Amino acid sequence: MYSHDVLIIGAGLAGMRAALSAAENGADVAVISKVHPVRSHSNAAQGGINAALEHAGDDWRDHAYDTVKGSDYLGDQDAIEIMCREAGSEVIQMEHYGVTFSRDEEGRLGTRAFGGQGKARTFFVADFTGQALLHVLYEQIMRAGVRVYEEWFVLDLIVEDGECAGAVVMEIRSGEIHVIRSKAVIMAAGGLGRVFEPSTNALICTGDGMGLAYRAGASLMDMEMVQYHPTTLKGSGVLITEGARGEGAHLLNSEGERFMKRYAPNMMELASRDVVSRAEQTEINEGRGVDGCVFLDMRHLGERVIRERLTQILDIARDFANVNLLEEPVPIRPGMHYQMGGIKTDIDGQTQLPGLYAAGEVACVSVHGGNRLGANSLLDTLVFGRRSGVHAAEVAKSKSHGSVDDTAADSQKANIQRLLDNEQNGGDMFGQIRQDMGGAMNEHLAVYRNQAGMETALDTVRQLRERYRSVYVPDKGKTWNTNLVFTLELGFMLDCAESVALSAIERKESRGAHTREDFPERDDENWLKHILVTHTEDGPALSEQAVVITQWEPQVRSY
Amino acid sequence: MQVKFRVKRYDPDADRPVAHYDEFELEMTESNTVLDGLIRIREEMDGTLALRCSCRSAICGSCAMRINGQAGLACNTLVIHAMPKDGGPIIVEPAGNLEVQKDLIVDFAPFWSKVRDVQPWLQPEGPEPETEYLAPADAMQHLTGVTACIMCGACVSDCTVLNVDDNFLGPAALAKAYRFVGDPRDDADDARLGALNEYGGVWDCTRCMQCVEVCPKGVDPMGRIMALRDRAMEAGYVNTTGARHANAFAESVEHSGWLDETKLVVKSHGMTNFKEMLKLVPVGLRAMKARKMPPLVHKSIPGVENVQRVFEKVEHRQDD
Repeated sequence: MYSHDVLIIGAGLAGMRAALSAAENGADVAVISKVHPVRSHSNAAQGGINAALEHAGDDWRDHAYDTVKGSDYLGDQDAIEIMCREAGSEVIQMEHYGVTFSRDEEGRLGTRAFGGQGKARTFFVADFTGQALLHVLYEQIMRAGVRVYEEWFVLDLIVEDGECAGAVVMEIRSGEIHVIRSKAVIMAAGGLGRVFEPSTNALICTGDGMGLAYRAGASLMDMEMVQYHPTTLKGSGVLITEGARGEGAHLLNSEGERFMKRYAPNMMELASRDVVSRAEQTEINEGRGVDGCVFLDMRHLGERVIRERLTQILDIARDFANVNLLEEPVPIRPGMHYQMGGIKTDIDGQTQLPGLYAAGEVACVSVHGGNRLGANSLLDTLVFGRRSGVHAAEVAKSKSHGSVDDTAADSQKANIQRLLDNEQNGGDMFGQIRQDMGGAMNEHLAVYRNQAGMETALDTVRQLRERYRSVYVPDKGKTWNTNLVFTLELGFMLDCAESVALSAIERKESRGAHTREDFPERDDENWLKHILVTHTEDGPALSEQAVVITQWEPQVRSY
Repeated sequence: MQVKFRVKRYDPDADRPVAHYDEFELEMTESNTVLDGLIRIREEMDGTLALRCSCRSAICGSCAMRINGQAGLACNTLVIHAMPKDGGPIIVEPAGNLEVQKDLIVDFAPFWSKVRDVQPWLQPEGPEPETEYLAPADAMQHLTGVTACIMCGACVSDCTVLNVDDNFLGPAALAKAYRFVGDPRDDADDARLGALNEYGGVWDCTRCMQCVEVCPKGVDPMGRIMALRDRAMEAGYVNTTGARHANAFAESVEHSGWLDETKLVVKSHGMTNFKEMLKLVPVGLRAMKARKMPPLVHKSIPGVENVQRVFEKVEHRQDD
């Protein structure tokens, strides 16, 4: 058995930021991650990180207002205020840690425009900002000497006397199962993108963290709010950054028209993501697309801007779509990208399960509400990662370890043995079940939704749960049994899929990313509230919670 | 189209673990990548195949492996580019220079340990400013070329020095070191450059270009190593075999228009380094026997003044 004050699950931006702040506050910290930290999905954030820097003449209140409006008034304004107020110091801290942010001519931090915001306040490193931040945080983790259990998979959270007291884990390389006890656990395991197929998300984004916390008793919130990013490549669903539109790229339909003028005459291509994705989907549905896509045109930006500031997507378009961005528009379409919902937390990252914290995409504070602004996700990971780390370290100081011992792993060992003992006779491998789930979710819980479709998706997920009981794991070995890991991930994914479908069916209005053909209007009277899903012995239970409004009353939302 | 894969396998849990190749054939499309193929193999044909992969878009660095003998990312290699013209299979093997743990998965611990050795974190001096450090825009833009490194290990896999000398820090760690030496905010240049002049550091690169060739992100590790050599010599680290060699090389060409190999050897090792000189005696004897001994009297080439003008011009330009 291993023992630490604070155990952090996930080594992306939220996890490593939490680890640093907890370590700086005197805690013995360990990070556990199923991949090496620099392989984490924070890498994929391309465009940048938002902050209203006061010394650069910006005001955090303006950023907060843009975020509230972007959330379609579902975001909790107390949390949004904190995020936007702390944004400046967090960006400066990252710069001091070593991030090579782009500069202006005076050598100060430079900005680019991003969607849904009244001012250019997105700080960036070319078009690989997430990667730049992630590698720098890993540098700081090395400097601080934080223990990292890398390529270890979390099987279960340990709950003792109603408090989270550690985790049961598997070292993937050896297949050995261990217990790590801790006084606090910070869940920072990222999103659930692979529940949908296709998705911009990495293959590792399988909702493990949400599933683990949900099973342990913490509620999930805003799960119906799934962001479809306006610019993803056909087929693989690879992401093309919003930074392209921030730099001035146009969206065109099959007639060569900048169709956004009909949907968002003021902000055009830089309206909120939900607005742009809906516009694209409408164009495609009404026959003004080509092959299920519209076009992103960058030719007028000029070679220098593209080569210096959009380097990565120049390669991506070449490698994955066989398109030269300097010479031709690239076909794109809305694609599943981000889960606004997640484990419900307060402003210090505390979940409803004492001892368990959550931060980053896995969590729902809720700062994104119905729709996340581009470049607010990196900010969310850092601000609430740091706050979770500080709080958890403080709590751990006045707490002793529970009576957890190695027997805590017994039920997980039995569960894995049961999976390995499943005979092949007709049972699916994980891949087939995942494909069926992803297809149903993407068909019925995408940009436009309706009751019948969502119910079909929910039925499909519940049938897949049955098939999952007899899932077949062909690899019986101990070393690097990745098939076993994928099968375990699929279990978490099914929990997430069910929560998404249930919450979406429950919300009978259109708000943010949740657009219903059968309830096309926003309904503040009945639905200005969060939907929570809680695990019970009889299955998922739904409940509601009021939205926190501090200074911005809901208004009609137009861009 | 039908695509054949020949995948190197190794299962340490087998009764008698031995590396071998398995062949798979798949129906694929022109937009499919090698990674798409491997994922389908492990999901549909052989669930025991082990490989690392995650983002599918060349940013996480998980899926570096050897494809037809050369390191690259499986995720950004289209099968139509990887299929040999003779209709043979695409050969997929684990990355080189690192120990195989299972199938296409190698042990990255030595890779990270070498990265850690270059102290890869910003080391500024003095108190932090209240706001950001001021830094020239072009200096930061220049650094994005090397911070684009995703630590995939393709360069390490195919490094010809690491193949014979484990002690070499290797292209990835050295490129990482350059990222800090080249950062105007970092004040540890002197200590960094001193450490990089030790055995295993910048002078152990043989400039074979293999890392530049295989890097999927255009990081140009070898170029960074050469830049570190320049920075080290500028900082006064001129008393290493490598630095003396570089200086002696330039001096000889500037003086006579061509290389005085005898003098080069002596100057590189240091005039009084008798131990190294003695080691070279057999080399000299073999050269003599093969009639490859450089002439004892080294004469300038005709038109040497033109070469000297080139030197003047280049040195003058560097001063600008």
